[in-house]
Order: sequence, then C-alpha cells, then structure tokens
Amino acid sequence: MSETTSISKRSVGWMGLKRGHRAHPLEWLVEKGIFIVSLSAIVMVFLIFLFVAREALPIFLGTMNSASVQNVIPVADMGKLTPAQLQAYLGLTPKQFADMDDETKKALMEVKVEEAKEASKDRDAAVNTTSWRYMLRPFQWSGYSKPVYIWQPVSEIQKYNIVPLLIGSLKATLVALLFSVPLALGAAIYVSQLTSPRKREFLKPAIELLAGIPSVVLGFFALIVMATVLQNVFGYQSRLNAFVAGIALGLAIIPVVFSIAEDALTSVPRSYTQAALALGSSKWQAAWKIALPAAIPGVFAAVVLGFGRAIGETMIVLMASGNASIVSWNIFDSTRTMTATIAAELAETVFGGQHYRILFMLGVLLFVVTFVSNFMAELVINRLKLKLEGKQ
Amino acid sequence: MNATASRSFRTSRFDFGSFLFTGLTGLATALIIGILAVILLNVLINGWSGLSLHFILGGTEKDMFDVRHAGVLPMIVGTAARVILMTIFVIPVGVITAIYLTEYAHSTSPFTRIIRGAVNNLAGVPSIVFGLFGLGFFINFIGQNMDAVLHPQNAAPIWGKPALIWASLTLAVMTLPVVIIATEESLKAIPQGLREASLALGATKLETVIQVVLPQALPGIMTGGILAVSRAAGEVAPILFTGAAYYMADLPKSLTDQFMDLGYHTFILSTQSPNVEKTKPILYATVVVLLLLTFALNIVAILIRARMRKKLRLLA
Repeated sequence: MSETTSISKRSVGWMGLKRGHRAHPLEWLVEKGIFIVSLSAIVMVFLIFLFVAREALPIFLGTMNSASVQNVIPVADMGKLTPAQLQAYLGLTPKQFADMDDETKKALMEVKVEEAKEASKDRDAAVNTTSWRYMLRPFQWSGYSKPVYIWQPVSEIQKYNIVPLLIGSLKATLVALLFSVPLALGAAIYVSQLTSPRKREFLKPAIELLAGIPSVVLGFFALIVMATVLQNVFGYQSRLNAFVAGIALGLAIIPVVFSIAEDALTSVPRSYTQAALALGSSKWQAAWKIALPAAIPGVFAAVVLGFGRAIGETMIVLMASGNASIVSWNIFDSTRTMTATIAAELAETVFGGQHYRILFMLGVLLFVVTFVSNFMAELVINRLKLKLEGKQ
Repeated sequence: MNATASRSFRTSRFDFGSFLFTGLTGLATALIIGILAVILLNVLINGWSGLSLHFILGGTEKDMFDVRHAGVLPMIVGTAARVILMTIFVIPVGVITAIYLTEYAHSTSPFTRIIRGAVNNLAGVPSIVFGLFGLGFFINFIGQNMDAVLHPQNAAPIWGKPALIWASLTLAVMTLPVVIIATEESLKAIPQGLREASLALGATKLETVIQVVLPQALPGIMTGGILAVSRAAGEVAPILFTGAAYYMADLPKSLTDQFMDLGYHTFILSTQSPNVEKTKPILYATVVVLLLLTFALNIVAILIRARMRKKLRLLA
C-alpha cells in the first residue's frame, strides 16, 4: 500500500507534469513551453484585476479631490510648506514645479487666493464627492429637504453616489432570477428525470441554443417588442424599467442555470432514483424527493452562477432598463445599473479624471462580485461531484 | 414485458401529483423553447424582407439611418475582421492549455486545480469588465508604451487608442475559456487505447500528442473555435471602448484602425435612431444578419460535436 502511494507521488513531477517517460531535450523544452502557455488563464485573471484596479487606484487610496473650493493657504505661509506639499497644492507636475522660480509660484498662490474669493459660496462646492462617505452615504445637498443618494456625474457639482446604481443592479438581477430560476429548474427536472432519453437528446440542445442569441439581440427584442407587449399586459407607467430588463436578463441566464442544474441532476446516481421507484414511488416522487435533494448544492451553484451572469450583463440592461438613476425598489420604475452606467458614460469621460476612475471602480466592484460568486459555485459543484461519486 | 409489469403495480386511481408535477415542469420546458421560437420567428419574419443584395453589399455613405440606401457591408467586414483576428490569437493558446490539462497535468496537482479555477473564473467575468481591461491594459498600458518607444516624436497616438487589434485581443482573452473547455472535452473523449498503442510502438509523449491525439481532436478544436467566434461576434460590451466606431467612412485598412460592428450597429439603430419606427426595417435586417452569423455558427458547432461523439463512440 505504502509502495503504491510513493510511486504515484513520484510520478508527478514539479509543474504537475507526469514523469515516467524520458524526453528528448528538445521535447523537454517544448513540454515546458506548453506548461508556460497553459498558465495564460491564471495570468489573464490576474492582469484583469490588476489593470482595472490600477485605473481606479486613486479612488481607493482617496487621493482624488473633486472639491472646487479648497482650503486656501495664505501667500505668506509659502515658506512653511514642503516642496511636495506646495506642488500638490498648486496642482503642478514635478517637471513644471522644478522649472518654476519662486516668483511664479508666489503668483500662482495669489491666483489661488483670488480664485477662492470668486468661487461660488455654495457649501456643496467644498465637498470632495469622490470620497467614500459621499459615494455610499446619503447627503443633504443645498436645495434638498433631506439627505439623498444621487448619481449625477455631469453637473456643476458632480455627485457620485453609487447606491442608486447598486439598487438598480440588484433589482434587475432579482427580477431575472425570480423569472428564470423556476423556469430553468423546472426544465432541468423535466429533461433530466421525467422525459424519455430520445426527447432529451432534442430538448437539451434546444434550450442551450438560447445561449447562442447575442445579448444585444435580446436587448433589442426587449426594447422593441417585449417592452410594448408587457406594458399593455401589466399597464405600468414607464415603458422601460427593471421589470422588462429583468425578464430579458432572465432569458439570457436561463441556459446557464439550466445546464448546471441539469448537469447536477443527471449526475445523481441512477441507483438512488431506481431504489425509490422499486419501493413504489412514482416517477415524480423520485424526482422531487430523491433526485432534487441529492442535487440541491448543484442547484444552488446554478443560481449563484446565474446571479453572477445577470449582474454583469451589460447590453440588455443598457437598452431595456430606462437608465434613470432613481433610488426605488419598485420594479416598474426606470432603473440604471452599474454595467449600463459604465457602458453609457465611459466614452464621454476625461481620461484619468474623477468620473473615469469611479467608473473603473465600479468595474472592480463587478469583478469582485462575480469572482466571489464563481468561486463559491465552483467549490459547491466540486464537492457535490466528489460526494455523488462516493469519494467523500 | 417491463411495461406490463409496471402497469400491474399501478393503482387505477388518477395520480394528481404526478400529473401536476410532470405538467408544470413540462410546461416550463415548453415555455423556454416557445420563447426562443417567438424571438427567432419575430426577427426572421420582420427582417427577411429587408434583406437584399443591396443591403448586404451596400455601405453607409449617405446616411446610416436611411432606410432605402443604408447597407451593412462595413459592419460585416468589421465584425469578420475582429473575429478572425481573435481566432488567430485564441486558438493556439487555448489548444495548448487544453493539451497541458488533459495530456500532461496530473488531475490532482495544485497547478491543474488553479488553472481550472482560473479558466472557470475567466468565463464568468462580466463582458463590460473585459472592455475596461482592454482599455486599461491594451490601450493605456501596452499601446501607450508602444507609442512612447516606437514613435516618440509623434504627438497623435498610433497604438494608444481604440483599434481593431486591441478589440481582437480583448475578445481573445474573453473567449479563451470557450476554446479550452471545448478542446479539453474532445481530448478527454479520445480512447486511452489510442495513446497507449502509439506509446507502445515507441513514439514519445510529444509525438503521440501531435500525431495521434491532435488529429483525432480536430473536430473538437473546430467546435471550440466556432463557438468562440459565435460568442465573440455577438458581443458588444468588450469592444465599446476598445475599437468599435459609431461611424466610419472607410473600411478598416490596418490593425490600428477602428471599425464598425454589426452588434454595435444594432445597438445604435435601436437606441439612437431619430425615428425608430421608420428605421425598423434596417434594424430588423441588421439583426437577421447578426443572428445568421452567430446562430448559424452555433448550430454548425452542435452538429460537428454530435458527429464527433458518434464517431468516438464507435472507436471506443
């Protein structure tokens, strides 16, 4: 026993390569090359996080300041500042700063003082809206009677509160899940447990064909056809809203939820259901009380993956949700999601500006949310597979 | 015999639970397929009449919203160009990764698990994040540094702006999992006996992989490539900031040009048209062209896969 384990241990070399054959030096090189190329997926996931986060870094570090009115330093105090502080205060690049003599710097400081006098006396102008407090918590802007959440990146005072977008994304995703999970799960049970193998051969690829429709086509269909039909049926006010977008999103995630749930249900050993049938239960009892409980972690994973897919879907919500950033949990209100905001606004932002960086910050948020949901789903599926194969 | 035996056990009482449960789940299945059929039929019926030789081969010189004159040739060319370029990048990397995972790696080694995890995670990254990645990495990092090294005297960026090549590379990263998973599946389906026979005849591992395993896996690799193309052809979010143009007078001529795109054009026609009712015919016709491209490819992939499975079943 101990001998076999030691052999199997030795037959796995470093880099996970199977040993046991003596390779020609050139082959050895090629095989190492194959290993290095195969790391590309890991490298890519890493690079995606790194470079999306890189663009958003100043937001995370809190080094951006959108306040148009800053604390003014009197010109006389110039000597008390370190060169670095002075450079930051005047908003200069290191090269510009080095090229300037003291007189010019003094003149610039005087300009700053003048600017502060001219600037609007609006107290909102002194607020750094890119700090976390203003991105997450409500604030009573002047002219408002109570603290509010506002996403208004194009205005005199840019307001970057991401709460309306978070609510919008969650709302559309929730509608999508409520619509698609029952349908996809029902179809998965039917296809894997109740129908004949012959029909199964036809039904499974037919449902998975839904994944072949590009999301922009689903968005187009939701916008042009579904929005009108659904409005006539339910009679709500705004034609494009979280409900329409959610239904179209649901269509996009049905294939995902279906194929994973179906996979989990099919991998339940046949002996389980056959035992139930032998004890006199009917086919549906075996499916509902035996197969489904055994596969329930897989169903959970399917829902989690569907969630990740729905919250990251862009074109459908961009076209069908109405894109108004309102804080409301009513699904019949027009909605703006995180993904649609990035898609609609990034092209018009100033490269490297606050708005640009905040949109990248939303991208990081999306990446983290989908990463965690994928990771969880994968963990659950792997454990389920091991359990059903009787290895645990 | 089986049927009569099970019938004799059944009570004559009508089994309401069974009827309800089978009915409901069957209804869910039928509803999904029904919705799919409604979408396809709606698009085909409304769009078929708009398809003409003039529409497919025409450009948008006059006005892209002009129902009578507008064509989609620039979009077809743009979409085809970015997708073909993408295949050149993604197929070698995807196939080599799949070869490593099935032929070389030990299935329990930590490397294999991490690679598989990364592949699954890559498949779940939202497409808009790929767009941000393309902008942040390919354009702002690689492109701008290339400009700084290659053309330091030029003020206008050549590489550090949205371009065909950056869109293709972004899509290649996005479709990498599709190719890996499809190739891996076809490699796993090849009977172990073939490899053993080759090794027994004195071939080395690499010779076995290249001369015995890969030819057998070719249909699977093709399926992976086709699925990747079909997925990428319909994606709009990743190319929004990395290369797609709202309007271009000319076809893209070099890797650094921007391009017009079928999916993006569908988006423009359905959201930015001055009169949606009036431009509906060209919108529907554009969607038909896009669906013919993506959907037809999907069906081809499914057919190839079915044939391959049958053949391998005979081999085994």
